Amino acid sequence: MNLVSYDDALASYDPVMGLEVHVELGTKTKMFCGCSTTLGAEPNSQTCPTCLGLPGSLPVVNAIGVESAVKIGLALNCEIAEWCRFARKNYFYPDMPKNFQTSQYDEPIAFNGYLDVQLEDGEIFRVEIERAHMEEDTGKSSHIGGATGRIHGASHSLLDYNRAGIPLIEIVTKPIEGAGVRAPEVAKAYVAELRELIKALGVSEARMDKGQMRCDVNLSLRPHGREKFGTRSETKNVNSLRSVERAARYEIMRHATVLDDGGTIVQETRHFHEEDGSTTAGRIKDNAEDYRYFPEPDLVPIAPARAWVEELRAALPELPRVRRARLQGEWGLSDKDMQSVLNAGAVQPILETIAAGAPADQARKWWMGELARRSNETGTDLSEQPITPAQVARVCALVAEGKLNDKLARQVIEGVLAGEGEPDEVVAKRGLAVVSDDSALGAAVDQAIAENAAIADKIRDGKVAAVGALVGAVMKTTRGQADAARVKDLILERLAAEGQ
Amino acid sequence: MTDLIKYTAADTAAAIASGQVSAVEVAQAHLDRIDAVDKKVNAFLHVDTEGALAAARAVDAKRAKGEELGPLAGVPLALKDVFTTQGIPTTCGSKILEGWVPPYDATLTSRLKDAGVVILGKTNMDEFAMGSSTENSAYGVTGNPWDLSRIPGGSGGGSAAALAAYEAPLAIGTDTGGSIRQPGAVTGTVGVKPTYGSVSRYGLIAFSSSLDQGGPCARTVLDAALLHEAIAGHDPLDSTSIDAPVPAVVAAAKLRDVRGMRIGVVKEFAGEGYQAGVMQRFNESVELLRELGAEVVEVSCPSFTLALPAYYLIAPSEASSNLARFDAMRYGLRVGDDGTRSAEDVTALTREAGFGPEVKRRIILGTYALSSGYYDAYYGSAQKVRTLISRDFDAAFAGVDVLISPTTPTTAFPIGERADDPMAMYLADLCTIPSNLAGNAAMSLPCGLAPEDNLPVGLQIIAPAMADDRLYRVGGAVEAALNDKWGHPLLEEAPAL
Repeated sequence: MNLVSYDDALASYDPVMGLEVHVELGTKTKMFCGCSTTLGAEPNSQTCPTCLGLPGSLPVVNAIGVESAVKIGLALNCEIAEWCRFARKNYFYPDMPKNFQTSQYDEPIAFNGYLDVQLEDGEIFRVEIERAHMEEDTGKSSHIGGATGRIHGASHSLLDYNRAGIPLIEIVTKPIEGAGVRAPEVAKAYVAELRELIKALGVSEARMDKGQMRCDVNLSLRPHGREKFGTRSETKNVNSLRSVERAARYEIMRHATVLDDGGTIVQETRHFHEEDGSTTAGRIKDNAEDYRYFPEPDLVPIAPARAWVEELRAALPELPRVRRARLQGEWGLSDKDMQSVLNAGAVQPILETIAAGAPADQARKWWMGELARRSNETGTDLSEQPITPAQVARVCALVAEGKLNDKLARQVIEGVLAGEGEPDEVVAKRGLAVVSDDSALGAAVDQAIAENAAIADKIRDGKVAAVGALVGAVMKTTRGQADAARVKDLILERLAAEGQ
Repeated sequence: MTDLIKYTAADTAAAIASGQVSAVEVAQAHLDRIDAVDKKVNAFLHVDTEGALAAARAVDAKRAKGEELGPLAGVPLALKDVFTTQGIPTTCGSKILEGWVPPYDATLTSRLKDAGVVILGKTNMDEFAMGSSTENSAYGVTGNPWDLSRIPGGSGGGSAAALAAYEAPLAIGTDTGGSIRQPGAVTGTVGVKPTYGSVSRYGLIAFSSSLDQGGPCARTVLDAALLHEAIAGHDPLDSTSIDAPVPAVVAAAKLRDVRGMRIGVVKEFAGEGYQAGVMQRFNESVELLRELGAEVVEVSCPSFTLALPAYYLIAPSEASSNLARFDAMRYGLRVGDDGTRSAEDVTALTREAGFGPEVKRRIILGTYALSSGYYDAYYGSAQKVRTLISRDFDAAFAGVDVLISPTTPTTAFPIGERADDPMAMYLADLCTIPSNLAGNAAMSLPCGLAPEDNLPVGLQIIAPAMADDRLYRVGGAVEAALNDKWGHPLLEEAPAL
């Protein structure tokens, strides 16, 4: 299908988005039973009568799950329900042990909030939050024998219920209107900000690559000036920040193409394809789908005490956007520089390096320079480099003390990364200390003056700028271990003394 | 030794504790009795001979070591097949669970084992506890020991019949709309629905979660109380379990004194549909309570007339969801899995073959009642009625200590009579359902035989939630007075099997 261009699509239509994000909480046990939530265990080894839905089993609510939900609600500026219930969402699917999902329906634990997200140009866009509610994850189906890994065409399916019952928080936005051409950017920025927030709260690692955070992108278009929303598509399980942006962008173009052709958008779920950024139709969602929600009779209502909610509110960590703004100010960075620090995942290492005694600019210089480059080359996280913030801080201190110059410091960092030990040990082993002993340097300076008589004359004539060449010569003979500033002083002193 | 099967649970435990008889002898006597009569009665779906004897041996060994025995140690019990038993088949009276062996014990099962109770086996029931006659069991109907051509009540007909046939002195039932009390009434035995939340539902295969409640069945009020104390109490595995001390029901059963109590007769439970002999015995019970020193007044609970329709919306709604898990994926029956069909088709074929007509009727009813667009009119309205019924109870209990009524409008009806008329069948639970909807406590105990058919009549006593002791106080006094009057327990008038 030839799609209309993105710009043409936006020339005719306004996109309206709804984002539904599922976050797997990092609780030790499942939402309604005591089974472990550790990833990667032998299939079906982390199950019990309750999460297998065996006849007679009953759920018991995980208190940490509720606490995490309240924290997320508070961080999203939501109201916290004084009284809420779980509800059963009834539908048949083999990976759902009870054939109903214990979720929340018209009484979510948190509702009516917002999250401010910063766009690339620095503008703040407010995304309003409809609700955040608690529910349980389903098991995992693996479809065997088909070409696509989807159920269609498979010869059989395998079911793993280890994931069944893992606590989920579903966070649903209100319709996001007015983002216009920046809708895909807003979607990406929202999910990114939400992820930072979840991580800052310590309730989940929120790794999208591990399925700990999953996003559904609902999107519709309406012609400019029309109030009524168009029919939406629901693109499921878009599982990276980049994909969220691409999926929104693709759907905008696809909808516009269909609408321009005089066609109608079908309300359906769609699958996103990483390879080419396209989506294809999944299940058609007619309005007849009916989950027959009703209050879960096996659980009692939850009534978070106001005092407890206030305690949690008071104990909320500094939220990512506030923290970023504070650090940016403290470090004196431009928006663009701050963005690079964020993109490199360097905030925490820099902070720890500063805490270990290094000046902010030095800490940032090392992590964003040498170490970021290496992390890029090796495709590993900055925090996973074999050097600690304390070690970087020690190198900074050696430079400040004049014991290392920039070039030598680089070699020390290299040594630490190569496993040669602490910075001081590397200095000792490699013999990298700066030579600043005047008597040792004196000979080298005299030699340089003698060998470069013409340059020395220029300096004697007042062209002090020419001193660089002599300093270079000294550095060469000392194999870079001289303190360049000291060398310059010595040369100038020597030549001036001659003139007197 | 045939006498052993006629012992009360209290006497059996005392005889074992004193060494008059061993727990193994008691268990064997009951296993022999089951062997002798259960082909006729069909109270048991599964008899666990080995397990029962092993449990009895353990009690005897404990006694031999001089360890203290609990008040029910060594007493045999018939367990309704709705509670899970590790290693012992549990079918819920349904084909869909045929062959399923649970990997875990219900909390109630564990408590019975901990108390040294000897579980003889699992008893017959209407499929998934849906019915009032055991005719809906996938494994054949149970006969009423008073007249094997009549129903033993339901859904817990197997448990009640086992008591009346002297196959066990104790039994466990579950009561969602009357499934303990109505079988008790029609078999001349005692059945108690404790306050909702006082006996753990963990391991009770759910019919209707907000109504289901396990409870004791026995031949005497004191035996029921002893069993009540053994199984009740807070369970952290059941979120709806009440975290409060169990009322002192055993002490109340021994009190035998109702002087000064105020007792309310529910006006609405009389009139059309009530058998004359049932009303006669009920009215005599009212007089008896007066003679015993209670003050009896009439009370009105106008919303009770709405209880039956509300129940038949709430219970099927919850059931439609509770029974969704029987999908052939993880356990139980699997039909049509021949490598050509999708999981969805196998689920559909299995449910088609595995569920009986009454279960299907209620799943369809419940699915409809919960559907979008109908929820408010059906499930929502039914919940409002539930609130009205609770208010009627609150108002009544503001003036009286307990309420009384016939347990069921008629005596045991012939097998087959109402099998094709669900509405007539549902009427059997007319008087018992309000207590399930309100979550309070109720008991049925025998109050005589209806003159026209010589079949047992049940007296129902209802107490406020967590005042279960009042049931036993009133029940114990009525039982003692009637036994004095008759010169023997009512059950002795039952024909020999």
